[in-house]
Order: sequence, then C-alpha cells, then structure tokens
Amino acid sequence: MKNETPGEVKILQGNEAIVDAAIYAGCRFFAGYPITPASEVAELMSHKMAKNGGVFVQMEDEIASINAVIGAAWAGMKGCTATSGPGFSLMQEGIGYAAVTETPCVIVNVMRGGPSTGQPTSSSQQDVMQAKYGSHGDYEPIVLCPSSVKELFHLTIKAFNLAEIYRVPVIVLSDEIVSHTREKIRIPDRIEIVERQKPKTPAKDYKPYKPLSSGMLDGMPAFGQGYNLLIDGQLHDEAGNRAGDNPDISAALVKRLCEKITRHAGELVDVEKAYVEDAETVVVAYGSVARSAYAAVRMAREKGLNVGLIKLKILWPFPDNEIVSATGTAIKVIVPEMNVGKISREVQRVCRSEQRIVSLPKLGGVLHTPMEILQAIEL
Amino acid sequence: MHPLAEKYLRKSSLPTLFCPGCGHGTVLNCFIRAIDDLGIIDGLGLVSGIGCSSWVPVFVNTDVLHTLHGRAIAVATGLKLANPRLHVVVFTGDGDCLGIGGNHFMHAARRNIDMTVLMLDNYIYGMTGGQVAPTTPTDSRTQTSPYGNPEPPVDACKLAVASGATYVARWTTAQPAALVKAMKEAIRHRGFSFIDTISQCPTQAGRYIFANDDPTKLLEVLKTRKISCAQAAKLPEKELQDRIVTGKLFEDNQKQEFVAKMYSLMETAKG
Amino acid sequence: MKAIVIDEIYCKGCRLCIMNCRQNVYEISSVRNAKGYLIPTPARIDDCNLCLTCEMICPGMAITVKGDKDEE
Repeated sequence: MKNETPGEVKILQGNEAIVDAAIYAGCRFFAGYPITPASEVAELMSHKMAKNGGVFVQMEDEIASINAVIGAAWAGMKGCTATSGPGFSLMQEGIGYAAVTETPCVIVNVMRGGPSTGQPTSSSQQDVMQAKYGSHGDYEPIVLCPSSVKELFHLTIKAFNLAEIYRVPVIVLSDEIVSHTREKIRIPDRIEIVERQKPKTPAKDYKPYKPLSSGMLDGMPAFGQGYNLLIDGQLHDEAGNRAGDNPDISAALVKRLCEKITRHAGELVDVEKAYVEDAETVVVAYGSVARSAYAAVRMAREKGLNVGLIKLKILWPFPDNEIVSATGTAIKVIVPEMNVGKISREVQRVCRSEQRIVSLPKLGGVLHTPMEILQAIEL
Repeated sequence: MHPLAEKYLRKSSLPTLFCPGCGHGTVLNCFIRAIDDLGIIDGLGLVSGIGCSSWVPVFVNTDVLHTLHGRAIAVATGLKLANPRLHVVVFTGDGDCLGIGGNHFMHAARRNIDMTVLMLDNYIYGMTGGQVAPTTPTDSRTQTSPYGNPEPPVDACKLAVASGATYVARWTTAQPAALVKAMKEAIRHRGFSFIDTISQCPTQAGRYIFANDDPTKLLEVLKTRKISCAQAAKLPEKELQDRIVTGKLFEDNQKQEFVAKMYSLMETAKG
Repeated sequence: MKAIVIDEIYCKGCRLCIMNCRQNVYEISSVRNAKGYLIPTPARIDDCNLCLTCEMICPGMAITVKGDKDEE
C-alpha cells in the first residue's frame, strides 16, 4: 500500500482521508460522479487508484456508479463510491439491491444542506434517517458517522471490514464540514483488514445464500471461479432462484438479512463517552456537531455542572443499550443536530419517560456553536 | 432433454417461464449453441435487467447477475472492468435498454467497452402486461396507448452506431442460424457489440399490436417484414417504413476498446 | 437412421416447428402433455433433411434431431 507509512503524520482533508483509508483497506475499484462536497473523493481516487493497481471510472451518473460498484464486487474487487444528498437519493435502489444480494460495498455520503439541490456547499445532518431507511423494503445497512478527519480515516477502513464480514452495503455518513476540514492525522501502526474469503464449501455443493451454522454466509465467491452463481434482486431461495411466491422462504430471507445485523448489534457498537458516570445532563451528538458538543460539555464541567457526552460513531444499528447506560443518571438529555430533530426521536424511544429529551435542531447550514449547546445545557 | 440443454441449462430454474411460442425461448436456444461453438462456458458473466428478456440468462448454468431495471449495462461495466478476462454478455429488452436504461446504453457504446448486449426487442413492455415501449410502432394500441401510440419508435441500431458501438446487427427469431452466427461474432468482437434481436411476443405485442396471438402468424409477420441490409440499401427510405432491416449493419475493428485503454493508463500511472 | 425426439415436458404446443419446417415433416398430434399442450409429431420423418431449423427455433429446446447429415 503505497500511500501510508506507519507513524507518519500527515495533514489531510477529510475527503482525502477517505481515499487513503479506502486504499489502505484494500479498495481497488471506485466508480463515481462529481457532486459537491464529495468531488474531491473522485478526483483523488482518479489519481491514486491507478497508482495502487486499482480501477477508477467516472460513470455517467450516480445510478451507474453504485451499479458498477456492485458489478465489480461480484468480480472480486472491494469497491466504493462517494456522493452527497441528491446522488445518495439516486443510489437507493442500488443500495437495496446490494442489501438483498448481500453484496459488500461502501457508499460515502458527504451530507450537505437539503432537501433537493438544497445548499450544495453547506453542511447538514439531514440524511440520517435516509441512510437507514432510504431504499424500499426491509433491510439493515450499517451506517458510520465520523466527526473528525482521523475518525473518517478509521471509520472508512472499518466500513470496508464490516462490509466483508456482514456482506452488506455500509454507509459512511460524513458531512461537508468533516469532509472539507484539514486536520493532522498520525497513520496508525497496524489496522486489521478483513480480506475477502473464498467459500469453504466446494463449488459443486455451494449455495450462495445458505448460511453457515454461525448464521453468516460462507465466504464471498466471484464470477469466473466455477460457482455458477445466480445473483438476483428478487427474493430467492438458498440457490438464488426466485421464491417470491413462497411466503415462508421469502419471509425467512428478509428475516435473515435483518437479523444478521440486529443480532450482532452488540458487536456493532462504536461510541465515545465522556463524563457520563454522574451526569445529570447528557448530550448525545454525532458527526461535526459532536465537536461543538465536546467543547460545550468541557465548558459546562469547568462551571461545575454535571454534564456528560456520548458521541455516536456507528449510527445504525442504533446503540440502544449504550444510550440507556450513558444517560442512566441523567434527568435531561440534549440532542443537538443539523436537521429538524431526527436522532432525538431515537433517543426519546430508548430513554425513560421521566427523562426530558431536548431536541436542539439547527437548520441553515451552520454548525452549532459550543455556546449554543452550553446555553441549552444551562437552561 | 436436448444434449445442449442438459449441458448448459440451470436445472433448478426450469421450466422456463416464457409463454408458448415466445421468441425469447428461441434466443436462449441460439445463445446456448453460440457459447457451445465458442467453448466459453467457463469465464462467462451474464448480466440482465428486468423483464421477460432478462430471464433468459437465469436459465443458463453459469455466473449470472439478474439486476435492476435498466441497469444491467452499468453493472456489466463494473464486472468487466474488475475482471477483464470475463466474457460479459448482457441480456436486456427494448424497454429495459432504451427506456430506463438509455443513458447507460449510450455511454457504454460511446466507451466501446468490450461486452455484448443482446437486446430482445418485442416492441412492448411484456412482463408488466403490454404497455407502450420505445420501439412500439406509432398508432399501436397498447395497455398505455388505448387511443394509439402518439410517439414514433426509436431505431436502436442507428442509436448504437451514433453512440459509438463497433459491432451492430439486427436479426429476428425467424432466422435462428443467422442469429447464432451473429452472437458468436458479437462475442468474439473486441468492443461494444449490440444485436437488436426482434422476438415475437404472442401474449402482449401479439394481441395488442399485431391483433394476433398465434406465434406462427407472428413469425410469418417477421419473415415477411425482414429485409437484408443489402436489399434495403436499394430501396428509398419510405419503402422501408414497415420493414425490419436485418444483417450486420456496422462493424469497426479499429476503434480503441475501453478496458484495454483503462488498463494501459493504469500501467502508465503506476510508473 | 433419422429420428426426431420431442421432450414432452418442455413442449408448449406453439407449433413453430410445424410452421418452419420446409420439408413438411411435422403434424400436430392428438397427444396432450401433462400441461395440456398438444404435442407435434414428425409424421414424415423420411422427408427430414436435418436442417435443424426446428431444433434451433424451438423455444423450449424440446426437439432433438438425430441423424448423420453426411448420409443425406
């Protein structure tokens, strides 16, 4: 991997970190389309993919991009694409196809002001629900939410690893602020990479959608290896044949697709907690807002207030138990977010009825200031 | 079972779901013969969209991606770029390729990416019950053109050539021997190959457009309407109105192929 | 020795074989398969010239033509 030397310190733009992390994780296929504020990912990929023996292709639109990434996955390559709101909307059908065919892939959505064309150059966190529910049907994507360039680097690598382990589309939900910020990052000594595994079952007996006793699928085969794969977006049986007319097989498939994530929700927790042990007020934050939230909580502690913070790095599956334990002593829970108030509803769902959940939405494309969050804490 | 069917068909997916007399069954039959003659069953990657056309590769016992409506060519592009050694063949329909998939079709032809696109053209959206399609003749009554189709159809082959395809042919299911030969040529051709395969649809196009659901009568129509490109060249445009011009319509073996160019650029970049 | 074998399971009674045979080998029989389709029969097998058109055009791949073309 040509770009990274362990221990090296670099100043990287967030989008740059995505590219370096993807290559570190073994990504050798990128298909994308220009869109602000994600275009730097495509531009840097167009330079670096080739240098690392990978393929870069600018497709004709975002729909073609996600579909090309899916095709490349079945040819054996780890692949990703990067976009923002409007392109993310276009990709939803493809994401659903990746979910039902259990195609590992990574989709980066650098959130910008919406809805529609919205505010192309301003940040937001408006797509948090779309990231989970964007495609039609029942499925469970994994959604990661970085708040710094360093987190963007680590979580992008994690995204590729999770995609291989769980055979799901994984979404890296960045935002314009994190993606366009330049920060210092020290390349870690060693990060474990999950390599693509060939199936253990011999080709003649292999059924692509028959889980092992662990509940997970048997490796990820590729075209041209003799498996005679039938990969179909329709609900199918273990061999891949259409089974939509069979309610039992259809139900079992959708159940397995969802449970392979929900049953492993415990392993899919990634949060950071600060000062929550005795906190009477807890702030729940994610993405770039978490930066202001950290500052606000530190200022509050200096004033002698019992305030804590929990920062979400894996947003979906939602860390119910972590939220409950982190807000255990709190009577007030504040959720600042750059949208009308979406994750606050999830927090409301898991907290006790006597706890006061305060949604702190901010629209317009401007980040919450630490003072704004401190004021809400003090109220 | 026919020995070729025994050798090449995916038994767990049989019987085929095609209506009696559907031309797509003939296309499957011809495709099996083509890949048998070429000996390429190991190393085939079949990709299809949604529609009756897109069921054809499902019945072939090889690696198959049955994808989204209109998106087969985009998936096939990723597949081929990631593994250039695969022989990639796309099965699509007139609606799947020229309607929702038009953009991907145009760009793949422009790139001249090495793949073969077999567009099974029955002038209608068959799977969904017979709605008007980009190739439906003007004035035809279909499920969504009850007063007659107000739109003109597109000539897929002209579109393919204009977009940059380097092997373009049109054949009908009334010409199975020629179809097998064309499929072989198209697959062997290094570049974007496109065959507009006119296929009878007794159930939808038959009933609505041709007022006849008898497959033998529909095949008569194809036999009567087909005209070789050599003969067509001698006729004025307006006499070709209802004719189906068949044959190898365009071939260019000089144009740079996309995947080869990409990999050569990658080599240069590695330095 | 020429023979035409029709696999009844895959025949859907579309009659494309009958219509396309230039040698008029086929006739529709009164035999119905399990799905209720009337199966064709090679009534005049001796007239078959092994062109294989019926084999190639059959949408169900239900027809197998046996014989040595060199003997014709």
